[in-house]
Amino acid sequence: MWFFNSPQIVFGEGALSYLAQIHGTRAYIITDAQMVAFGFVELVQQQLAEANIATRVFAAVEPEPCLETVQRGAQLLREFAPDWIVGLGGGSAMDAAKAMWALYERPDLPPDGISPLEYLGLGSKARLITIATTSGTGAEVTWGIVLSDTHEKRKLGLGSRESLATIAIVDPQFVMKMPPRLTADTGLDALTHAIEGYSATWHSDFSDAMCLQATRLIFEYLPQAYYDGNAAAAREKMHNAAAMAGLGFINSMCALAHALGHAFGGAFHVPHGRCVSLFLPYTMEFAANAGHYRYADLARFIGMDACDVEDATHKFIAAVRALETQLDSNTNAASLGIARADYDAALELMMDHAENDTQIVASPRQPERAELRKLFEYAYVGKPVDF
Amino acid sequence: MEKLKFGSAEWLQALHDQLNASEAYADAAKSWEGDFYFVVEPDGALTQPLYLYMDLWHGKSRAASIVADPNSMTPAFVMSGKYAKWKQVVTAKLDPIQALMTGQLKLKGNMVMIMKNVKAAQEIIKACTRIETEFEL
Repeated sequence: MWFFNSPQIVFGEGALSYLAQIHGTRAYIITDAQMVAFGFVELVQQQLAEANIATRVFAAVEPEPCLETVQRGAQLLREFAPDWIVGLGGGSAMDAAKAMWALYERPDLPPDGISPLEYLGLGSKARLITIATTSGTGAEVTWGIVLSDTHEKRKLGLGSRESLATIAIVDPQFVMKMPPRLTADTGLDALTHAIEGYSATWHSDFSDAMCLQATRLIFEYLPQAYYDGNAAAAREKMHNAAAMAGLGFINSMCALAHALGHAFGGAFHVPHGRCVSLFLPYTMEFAANAGHYRYADLARFIGMDACDVEDATHKFIAAVRALETQLDSNTNAASLGIARADYDAALELMMDHAENDTQIVASPRQPERAELRKLFEYAYVGKPVDF
Repeated sequence: MEKLKFGSAEWLQALHDQLNASEAYADAAKSWEGDFYFVVEPDGALTQPLYLYMDLWHGKSRAASIVADPNSMTPAFVMSGKYAKWKQVVTAKLDPIQALMTGQLKLKGNMVMIMKNVKAAQEIIKACTRIETEFEL
């Protein structure tokens, strides 16, 4: 028994106008200050006004939403009593909206206890709409919630299948003006989702379909979106690809690159997409060294030639590295300007957090602690994994 | 190696020993605090529930026993499921986390502790799979 969960996805040019058709009375928009400045909040409010829905805005979500922010936002929801909650932004705002929704419906719940292992009973007070303004996390279609525990310096992989949005808006108008760096970081996050979702031990035919197509679209369109900000078609394809990658991984889980990336990001506050994609080739090599060659399917699907699955796997890993280089992304931690002494000082804590990250459970190869240390060390200097 | 009957005192002692000998479990569960009932619900040849108690604390199993009266203890966590599902998990045919996520096994307790220690749960099941186990038909 397993699942494939998906919200209703409204995609393509003009998708936002669908909000004018929904039914309700009060909507709380959870977002960040940038979305207000870009005029995106106003666009959403206009559509909701067409549906006679009153709105209020919480625009204080930080880049790494913390437990306290979510608690504060939930209190505001309780005061306003919305029947719709709208997460507008990148993954941070959408994940914060999911968590606030859970706490709005369940005031007894600590935010770091939002778990897929128990029934929460969400949906009696409000439903969720997600609107993606980057092409990366796929948070608009996932039930995952990543929050920061600032006391433990740890990113927490939380979530409940009940925290899935009812409606996910994937409208390319929101991503047409993304700057190159954000385009690359978020696009590589999507690629990491697709690859890890495909290789995770919980994969299925349904999740495989999403991950395969997402991988193909990303390899084809991400460089174009990065180099040419006016490439509307490439932007739209990447927006769809990120959502598809999100559907893929949330229904099969991510893997070791996310576990290491969460731990690294929690310690050094590097953007999420940069974190997970940095560790991706190393963790793929680690899995391949133990005979996990599912990556060969991805290689074949994007049109690579190879003599066998092992050859295809290593060519695909090389292609991932080449893409990262093409996008001027970091392929090792040292290139981020992190001093070796600082990295070493954080290593034990990063290992602790990676070891117990929720995304490690479906990794095709589980590292022992000594191997985990070596993975972090190899990723710092950029050494191919030979164990 | 002699096969031990699943859910017996000998089997539970073997699990206790496996956990205490496991460096991987000690690492993964070093911050874990909470005792458990593992409840095997009647199914097939099993006509009465089994209550397996383990006191798990900072990477070690401090105690393990078969409990006749479930009201005699109030553990922090209760993990329960039918015999057939436990068999699938213990023989690595069903992922324990997926089993929990699909309601095939159930878990009650402090979800904050659980969400921050997921690897520990995996290591417990790995320890189970290392025991040569005999199951009822």
